[in-house]
Amino acid sequence: MDLIKKIPAYIERIPNGGILMTGLDWVLNNAKASSMWYMLFGLACCAIELMATGASRYDFDRLGMIFRATPRQTDLMIVAGTLTLKMAPRVKLLYEQMPDPKYVIAMGGCTMHGGPFYHDSYSVLKGVDKIIPVDIHVAGCPPRPEALLNGCIALQDLIKGEKVGRQRDRPGLRHIDPSTNLPLLVRPDTGLIRPNQILMPDQLRVLS
Amino acid sequence: MTPGEFAAHLGEQYSEHKFSLDELNEECVLLPLEIVPQCFEFLRDDDATQMDYFDFSTCVDRPPDRLDLVYSMYSTVHKHRAQFKVILDRHNAAVPSVSHLWENANWNEREIYDLYGVFFPGHKDLRRLMMPDDWEGHPLRKDYAHPNLVVRPD
Repeated sequence: MDLIKKIPAYIERIPNGGILMTGLDWVLNNAKASSMWYMLFGLACCAIELMATGASRYDFDRLGMIFRATPRQTDLMIVAGTLTLKMAPRVKLLYEQMPDPKYVIAMGGCTMHGGPFYHDSYSVLKGVDKIIPVDIHVAGCPPRPEALLNGCIALQDLIKGEKVGRQRDRPGLRHIDPSTNLPLLVRPDTGLIRPNQILMPDQLRVLS
Repeated sequence: MTPGEFAAHLGEQYSEHKFSLDELNEECVLLPLEIVPQCFEFLRDDDATQMDYFDFSTCVDRPPDRLDLVYSMYSTVHKHRAQFKVILDRHNAAVPSVSHLWENANWNEREIYDLYGVFFPGHKDLRRLMMPDDWEGHPLRKDYAHPNLVVRPD
């Protein structure tokens, strides 16, 4: 296994020639949990709290979290704000562009079930887990920075409990079409798509 | 200029038409639908008015069969502001575009087309502005009903 050959690179050499024996899970999980680079994007007022959490008073850097402005370099997507039906295919596309392993934090009431836009709204997606798998939900409208930090620490705990080579037990997509076992994201011409199929936003339409 | 003076000034220019103030909002001057672009071109270019700044245009839905289009504009020369209103037929709402007079009327008219379903003949690029391109219906009309709308319980 190539991974085992790379292990020495993960362990800092101990002075005087000592050897550190450790578990593969522990090393990889700590590496992942201690450098969750998150994607720099926000949708609504939750993004203001996200920025406040990233700034010096609360300081995401303490958790090893640094924002990246491209999905190609990120491990974590924090969906911060109201997700409209028009924006939903774009967010799905951003998620597909992130390399594995990737995690999602749904921040605020809007991303869970529409929040204040649950009633009498025609344009808001009622829950971001209709289109992408969500690991951690952070409640609040918007959540305070402490709540978001708590969610990030909860995600670190979740990552540290993973096993190498075993499929992750993710809470995932809540809203799956029971007949086809696929998420409720369709393309207008041919119907349902596979969860990891990459399409451009104009090829997608969200079933609300 | 006060709204009454605007109405009188337009009445002098277009004597065959009647210009009155809206009884619902006396700040608004009612314009006849037939001469809307000519009126606005006159208001923009006439020395006494010089409405060179197009503030916004918006729409009011008054079921069952009335739709009011409201224009707000300002003169940076004379420092006066005015609102104008055009009453449309709700079932066949169309008014000539003024986007060739003021560039920023372009997106205002696209927004009104998107949300109220008013057509603007003469507009260069009348597409939806806010809703997805394949959206059906015009959401800010009072009788709009989305199939999956969750109505708030009383």
